[in-house]
Amino acid sequence: MYGLNRKDTVLLLIVAILVAAAPLLLNPFPDTSAMGKTFNAGYPDLMQRFVIFGIFAIGFNILFGLTGYLSFGHAAFLGVGSYAGMWMLKLLSINVIPAILFSIAVAGAVSLIIGWISLRRSGIYFSILTLAFAQMAFSLAASVLTPITGGETGLQTSLNDPRIMPGFLGGGTVNSAGNIPAPSLLGMEMSESFILNVGPWAFTFNWGYYICATFMLLAFYIAIRIFRSPFGLMLKAIKSNQQRLNYTGLNTRPYMLTCFVISGMYAGLAGGLMAAMDPQVGAERMQWTASGEVVLMTILGGAGTLIGPVLGAGLIKYFENIFSKINKATLEAWFGVFPDWMTDLLVTLVYPFIGKGWHLTLGLIFMLVVIFLPGGLVEGGQRIARLFRRGKTGAGALKPAE
Amino acid sequence: MAHLKSTRRGVLAGGAAVGAGLALPTIVQAQSYLNEPTGPSVILGFNVPQTGPYADEGADELRAYELAVSHLNGDGDGGMTGTFTVGGSKNALTGSGILGKKVEYVTGDTQTKPDAARASARSMIEKDGAIMITGGSSSGVAVAVQALCQEAGIIFMAGLTHSNDTTGKDKKANGFRHFFNSYMSGAALAPILADNYGTDRKAYHLTADYNWGYTTEEAVRTSTEAKGWETVAAVKTPLAQTDFSSYIAPVLNSGADVLVLNHYGGNMVNSLTSAVQFGLRDAQANGKNFEIIVPLYSRLMAKGAGANVKGIFGSTNWHWSLQDEGSKAFVKSFGTRYGFPPSQAAHTCYVQTMLYAQAAEMAGTFNPCGIVEALEGMEFDGLGNGPTLYRAEDHQCFKDVLVVKGKENPTSEFDLLEIVEVTPAAQVTYDASIFGGELGSCNPGA
Repeated sequence: MYGLNRKDTVLLLIVAILVAAAPLLLNPFPDTSAMGKTFNAGYPDLMQRFVIFGIFAIGFNILFGLTGYLSFGHAAFLGVGSYAGMWMLKLLSINVIPAILFSIAVAGAVSLIIGWISLRRSGIYFSILTLAFAQMAFSLAASVLTPITGGETGLQTSLNDPRIMPGFLGGGTVNSAGNIPAPSLLGMEMSESFILNVGPWAFTFNWGYYICATFMLLAFYIAIRIFRSPFGLMLKAIKSNQQRLNYTGLNTRPYMLTCFVISGMYAGLAGGLMAAMDPQVGAERMQWTASGEVVLMTILGGAGTLIGPVLGAGLIKYFENIFSKINKATLEAWFGVFPDWMTDLLVTLVYPFIGKGWHLTLGLIFMLVVIFLPGGLVEGGQRIARLFRRGKTGAGALKPAE
Repeated sequence: MAHLKSTRRGVLAGGAAVGAGLALPTIVQAQSYLNEPTGPSVILGFNVPQTGPYADEGADELRAYELAVSHLNGDGDGGMTGTFTVGGSKNALTGSGILGKKVEYVTGDTQTKPDAARASARSMIEKDGAIMITGGSSSGVAVAVQALCQEAGIIFMAGLTHSNDTTGKDKKANGFRHFFNSYMSGAALAPILADNYGTDRKAYHLTADYNWGYTTEEAVRTSTEAKGWETVAAVKTPLAQTDFSSYIAPVLNSGADVLVLNHYGGNMVNSLTSAVQFGLRDAQANGKNFEIIVPLYSRLMAKGAGANVKGIFGSTNWHWSLQDEGSKAFVKSFGTRYGFPPSQAAHTCYVQTMLYAQAAEMAGTFNPCGIVEALEGMEFDGLGNGPTLYRAEDHQCFKDVLVVKGKENPTSEFDLLEIVEVTPAAQVTYDASIFGGELGSCNPGA
């Protein structure tokens, strides 16, 4: 279907269904229950983050997974995309589409410049160059370029923005209530949700989330096509032995640069969507920790695989937003059934790993994954699947090959 | 494997279809405002820095919020609910929660980063159903979260934020600030500085390179220049800087005889320590004693800088040694519970919670538009700062400003600042339009 083989079509369909049903899947517990209050993740902000960082990680994986070039400055493109998108929302129209397109374009242009310089080196030198550029971008945004980026406070929409497009295209400085209009598409604001109550459960279907999800599926489809194309094959060849390719008389630089720019445009798309979902951009979005985060996502999920980066992004964002909010009072409520001394002991033992300590838990998981599942979560999934298959062939008769 | 996948998909699709079928008749969407509390309780969102450079302030803010919640719910000694008056008559807080609903709360970590603070606030609004967001210990965060609350339709009661922008160019109809600002610091400090150090001083500014630093530098500069001072240089320092020696070294040879440190928190502790180590305090310049000034002081900073703060002038929003009834009640209540006196950050957060509760009682609703109407122009007293006005034009509180000085002979580790003068509110009041910006109109969300 659409240039995909059967296996990839199935993968794409599964991802599409999971993404479409996310509001149901992420709220497995009743809304008012203690479990639901703590572990439910089906609220718009987090669902949007899942798919946006999924896009970011997919794009990063096109570069890192295929060519093995480890960029340590990808957050710069995310940030540049966000600022570009914000300016469109301020100057042109509150409609999110021009903002997102402009984000992709600007991030592409910036990645062309950075890539053109950084790709003169490979390996660790390439990583350091990209890191240096990203830190430069961060410092510029945080102070020197304050008129453009809003400095430390960040950039927001305001009541004096021109928004020059006609009203039906999302122009106009203020909305009918005299406030700053919220980013919208087809007359629906990104924050608009439809809440479905089924008994004690409440499921939130958010318009902004489904827009992000559509972009994510599109990004995923394009990534599959790139992975399966002759161009993708060339990138894989660069990863396995670039020197040999050069000796055969092939110039790998254009391939690398194209790959880098595509990856940067993915980051720009993610940045644009972030600005569109929540119209505020801060410089720390470009900090090196943000660049490191996408590396973690990709490796955690499985570098070089199609679905891995999305899983990694989901896991990290879940930890960041859900685990970090569990506080001591929640723990005391959980362990309240035990005698006092045991409650205290359990709280003391568990507390360092939740709340502020969520980084510690994530670090442990990361270590375990890297040591025991070097292929990331995807390898874990494959191992489980293999177990199933072995069981099946063991029990059933041998089937003739198709 | 293919078989496994198709079954799973079938289950999902089937589940979704069944869910949709079951649920269609029970769609509830009729809220007159966002997160209208329907149960026996109401949820407030306390969004404070729990990690990062302002984590100390954040921890103290959280203590104050917990104290305020217990007082609103009728536990403990009631703190300032006993002294708080509105328009000359007693407040409406009865110890039975707000509008008869028990007060519950959720907490979040702003990390002192606007992005993280907004993510945390959004999860409080979307997931936990918070009706009001309060907290923060940095102006960047306050401005970002205030804008978010305006868009979402939730009231924002700012915590510690001192930049002019919060209620100046970035003011919002749904946002309110009790804390004072850079302009007020400048206006209160300048006369004291002129009295103590003379009117022909040459000042050298070191300014934290962000929004709050800029407005503070400008405020101090304008007000001291009006007294005849001269500004020799103003150098910006990165917010993440920890070693200030390269910034301090050129000061002595610049011809300046006063150093103004527009730094807060850990920044100020480091730069002041560095300046003292370089011998600036014992130095002579232009035939006068060299002096250092810290426009925004807090007890937590004074504690960090230790003996270096002795004799150094600055301004503060509130100090626990104040002797009015409100302050005494608050310090007693806080001290009984935690064993040490509250900081100014704790004070402003406690007061903001009480003011929100009072506004809801007056309005008879949690609807943000009702709250805004009740808070605008509210005149209250007994909350530690004397008679105070919540100005309707910019949602900024106007009250007396304290000019303080590092104490020469501290009697305890908390007794670090002494109050030099209480500058009356009239002297620090300014025209609401000078910073630009527009409030917009209140947004109730739904």
